[in-house]
Amino acid sequence: MISFENITKKFGSSIVALDDVSLEIAPGEFVFLVGPSGAGKSTLLRLLTREYLPTSGKILVGKVDITKLKSDDIPAHRRKIGFIFQDFKLLEERTVFENVALALQVRGKSDPEILKEVEHTLKLVEIWDRRNLFPRQLSGGEAQRVAIARAIIGKPDIVLADEPTGDLDPTTAWGVIQLLNEVNSWGTTVLMATHNQEIVNTLKRRVVILKKGKITKDSREGTYE
Amino acid sequence: MNNRSLEFTKRNIRRSPFQAIAACMVMFLAFFVLLTFTILTFGSQLVLRYYESKPQAIAFFKDGTTDADIKAIQSALSEEDRVTATKYVSKEDALGIYRQRNKNDPTLLELVTANILPASLEVSTQSPEDLKPIAEILKREPVIEEVIVPEDVVESLTAATKVIRWVGLTVVSFLVVFASLVVLMVIGFKIRLRRDEIETMKLLGASNHFIRAPFILEGLFYGLAGALGAWVSIYVILWYFTPILQGYLGEVSLLPVNPLFMLALLGTALFIAIIVGGLGSISAVRRYLQL
Repeated sequence: MISFENITKKFGSSIVALDDVSLEIAPGEFVFLVGPSGAGKSTLLRLLTREYLPTSGKILVGKVDITKLKSDDIPAHRRKIGFIFQDFKLLEERTVFENVALALQVRGKSDPEILKEVEHTLKLVEIWDRRNLFPRQLSGGEAQRVAIARAIIGKPDIVLADEPTGDLDPTTAWGVIQLLNEVNSWGTTVLMATHNQEIVNTLKRRVVILKKGKITKDSREGTYE
Repeated sequence: MNNRSLEFTKRNIRRSPFQAIAACMVMFLAFFVLLTFTILTFGSQLVLRYYESKPQAIAFFKDGTTDADIKAIQSALSEEDRVTATKYVSKEDALGIYRQRNKNDPTLLELVTANILPASLEVSTQSPEDLKPIAEILKREPVIEEVIVPEDVVESLTAATKVIRWVGLTVVSFLVVFASLVVLMVIGFKIRLRRDEIETMKLLGASNHFIRAPFILEGLFYGLAGALGAWVSIYVILWYFTPILQGYLGEVSLLPVNPLFMLALLGTALFIAIIVGGLGSISAVRRYLQL
């Protein structure tokens, strides 16, 4: 269970990114965060990864209030979360294989374990044949598949996706969504910030609408408004 | 520090080889100077001790001094309690010693004959304090041209050793600080260059130690590589010049240099390298890597 309790996040004294937001997400849910740019979607995700601390309020992941985590405990918390970005954030000097392997290296896995798991995951996202290429040699769709592979390889409890289809053509975007749908079917909670109306309306999952830092609507099997 | 940290360190060094070479060269220079001054200080100390341990005055005779004059002086000295031994070195003996010392330089041998070299009397005393009074007695002899007392040599050597020590200490301190700053700069630059990579690693759940360790190991590598390179170079140079230097040092048994001393020097250099490299890289990590 993820629980945001009366979260307010201010940048400086005048910019209010989130204003008294409360939200509960059950394990295994697929939730779309929608809303215009600057509504607070990315801030909400970054609060969950502890990149930001809220100005006030509590964030519970399971029974742990992550706003009170000590800095030494943050890495362990982040290992429970897979993160997918619009701009992929792949490391340019590492191959596809090395980019995905990094997620396991930081977890202290051995080389044979890494080899086995990376092979399995890259085959799952259908990019195994591109394993020795560098990110600049990939198409946008392929790069996002690598990013998804990196996000899911450690079998995280939660996957956060910040505009993962923003830079992709519709066909490629659907491929990415199908992958996230599959990840969700394993019981992984997926929280996805998006502007893609078609995807939100077609998938009919829970939709949380944010506007000017406030939740204006939260509906099961919702649509993009 | 585990294998993964070493793997990441190797990758970091390979990615920017010119920075790595520059850092290693600065370290090499610092340690080369440090080792050179250390060897000079120890060497001059040993020479000093050699002269202090052999209280001996050398009296050079004027040309034309007869055997009777020499025997008279030797006999007078033998009655002195402070004198332990006397040894007469004739012109021919002096030429023999000269030839032995310069056997590898035929030009020098051709120019010198026994007539040029003075005969001398080496006078050993109980203690270094006895040398001056004995020298005074010898100077009063009309057949004696000059008396050399090692006290003068000891004074000169002591002064030279002090200069070597202070100049060395100043230059080495400057270079050590400079080398630490270069490591700080190189590692700091690399941290800035890899900001995105570090951000991604943090989001993937990398521990602070996992991110920091390769940068600290890189600094240690620069220090250790520079120190080891400098030590090997110094050893090779010493080994190459040993025959030439031995000629200058004469009876002072300084060379060939003791391997145990060189090993101790290596150990000390590596220890300082760890401090310098570690200090530079840890400062860079603390300054530029805010986790």
